[in-house]
Amino acid sequence: MISWKSLSRSNILWSLVALAVLLVFNVFFTPHFFRLEVKDGHLFGNLIDILKNGAPIMLLAIGMTLVIATHGIDISVGSVVAVSAGAVAILIGGDLTGNPRYPIIVAMLAALAISSAAGMWNGMLVSRVRMQPIIATLILFVAGRGIAMLFTNSMQIWLYAKPFAILGQGYVLGLPFDIYIVGFVLLLTFIVTRRTAVGMFIEAVGSNPTAARFSGINSQNIIFWVYTFSGLCAGIAGLIVCSTVMNADGNNAGRLFELDAILAVVLGGTSLNGGKFYLLGSIIGALIIQTLTTTIYAFGVPSDVAPVVKAFVVWAVCLLQSPRFRSMIANVFVRRELST
Amino acid sequence: MTRRLFAGVRNLSVLVTLGLFIIMFGLGSVAFPGFFSFQNFLNLFIDNAYLLVLAVGMTFVIISGGIDLSVGSMLALAGMVSSSLLEKAHMSPLFVIPIVLIMGTSLGLFMGYLIQTFDLPPFIITLAGLYLARGLCYVVSLFTIAVQNPFFQAVAHAQVNIIGSNFLSVGALIAIAVVLIGFFISRYTKFGRTVYAIGGSEQSAVLMGLPVASTKIAVYALSGFCSALGGIVFTFYTLSGYGLNGSGMELDTIATVVIGGTLLTGGVGNLFGTVLGVLVYGIIQVLIVFQGTLNSWWTRIVIGFLVFLFCLLQQLFERGRGGRVAGRTAVKAVKAG
Repeated sequence: MISWKSLSRSNILWSLVALAVLLVFNVFFTPHFFRLEVKDGHLFGNLIDILKNGAPIMLLAIGMTLVIATHGIDISVGSVVAVSAGAVAILIGGDLTGNPRYPIIVAMLAALAISSAAGMWNGMLVSRVRMQPIIATLILFVAGRGIAMLFTNSMQIWLYAKPFAILGQGYVLGLPFDIYIVGFVLLLTFIVTRRTAVGMFIEAVGSNPTAARFSGINSQNIIFWVYTFSGLCAGIAGLIVCSTVMNADGNNAGRLFELDAILAVVLGGTSLNGGKFYLLGSIIGALIIQTLTTTIYAFGVPSDVAPVVKAFVVWAVCLLQSPRFRSMIANVFVRRELST
Repeated sequence: MTRRLFAGVRNLSVLVTLGLFIIMFGLGSVAFPGFFSFQNFLNLFIDNAYLLVLAVGMTFVIISGGIDLSVGSMLALAGMVSSSLLEKAHMSPLFVIPIVLIMGTSLGLFMGYLIQTFDLPPFIITLAGLYLARGLCYVVSLFTIAVQNPFFQAVAHAQVNIIGSNFLSVGALIAIAVVLIGFFISRYTKFGRTVYAIGGSEQSAVLMGLPVASTKIAVYALSGFCSALGGIVFTFYTLSGYGLNGSGMELDTIATVVIGGTLLTGGVGNLFGTVLGVLVYGIIQVLIVFQGTLNSWWTRIVIGFLVFLFCLLQQLFERGRGGRVAGRTAVKAVKAG
């Protein structure tokens, strides 16, 4: 199906190698890392935790992949997560008896609509007003948390409506429910981008906008919908974040998520310069980040110190992906061969 | 003739920021008694001194066409390291301050080296820098460190009189000095002009034989230095070090630089605009405090809206200027320098 040649040339290989190295490292150094237990018919273990905790970042990374493929970037996703969480929380309401103010499904749909609208705003600024993506999304990055705080009236809202907890805490067939959500969104995105021409359009817009326009692609619309989709993904992630802790905290929900999501996409081999994109790579990237975090915790490193390790991994992966670094290494070996 | 016109248009953005600041200050003076005073104006410098120092470094980075996301956490790290060296190792400020400045500069230098030598995206490299510095803060200490060092205490409480009984803090004076030095560097040194040239068109700058590689690295080192200095100024201001300080400040800094009329595409901008950007940022906060009933979160929303407004404005200027002139930016920058 996938030839070895194309795989080794693509950057996915390197991210897979990185993930494998991390996992193998854990086999030796973290006891019981791979142990899976069945409790009350649910699977428990580190691997399940990685999938479960990585779900929001994976969702963001799916949307971000398409945005980055158009040579854009969306740094507002973390704030949109907070907005979505705030919106759903205020609509469900913090009633102690667990009776939602509005039907839960309505609240969720409304939150998704608001996040999509946030994405549309970004999309409009980038495609129609032609702002630089980083600045266009900076606006919502800054203002988004303020809006989230206005929704929740600057308070943390605790939720007691049980059915809403299924989203972030429920299990289906032994696996956490949010994994299915990620799977569903991934599958849908994959079908739309890879089984129709949409994916090619996106890559065309990202690699050469002028050529794309001359070949009749409406790049403005492509860019607009890509940002809208990123907003929607952030909205879904916001629902999961809110449901996992049954709390909406406009200040901390989704903090630094945008950076993790961008990191996941880059680790997955999609270039920040746009063009080719790898959805599966981004998922692997998100898994690398989550595995790394879990590993660091397993070693008893305080969660606050974990970013230090993350930073070095990012630099290392960036260097591995840099053509200049690769040729430099290659040159070292060539010179050695010549001298012997 | 046309060149003068274009130069005028380019400064228009700064003029708009200046106008905005004057209007906001005027509105505040009319609406709130006790708002209009020279001291209230000086307070803007006192309360935002650290932001101003960060913004100076950031302006250089953005003019060169790059971005530095690490400034907020570098500020926190500088604060943590200096307060822990002062309070736990009981070192003299005479050593602590240079150590912290060298640390910041070398971290910036390292990131600049990675970005330039291996052609890596500044966004990702400095993002990792953000993580690193934030994590290192907690390696130093998980808790707040209060600074009791007599020198820092004295500096923190010192008031330098400017015209009558109005005063500035030492931090604000440092910030103003940084702005002046930065202004001189950007206008009158080879390094400064090269930064503009790189931002205008890196390729042209290389073809003109300018030292592009070393300048690009130096820009990040400069930003690292400014972040560390900003951290020290912040420590003067708060007299404590805490790992969560300055979170999200990197984007506040970028926002103030953009409001100050610097283009994120690089090549265009000046430090005078950046000062105005910081002042506008400060006055929004003061207005919201004076207003009293508004949630402090409105600051974020207003800042977001301003960034939107200014980008829109710049977009219009860009369209007016057309692509023809953009290509000339590099040439002009070098001619001027």
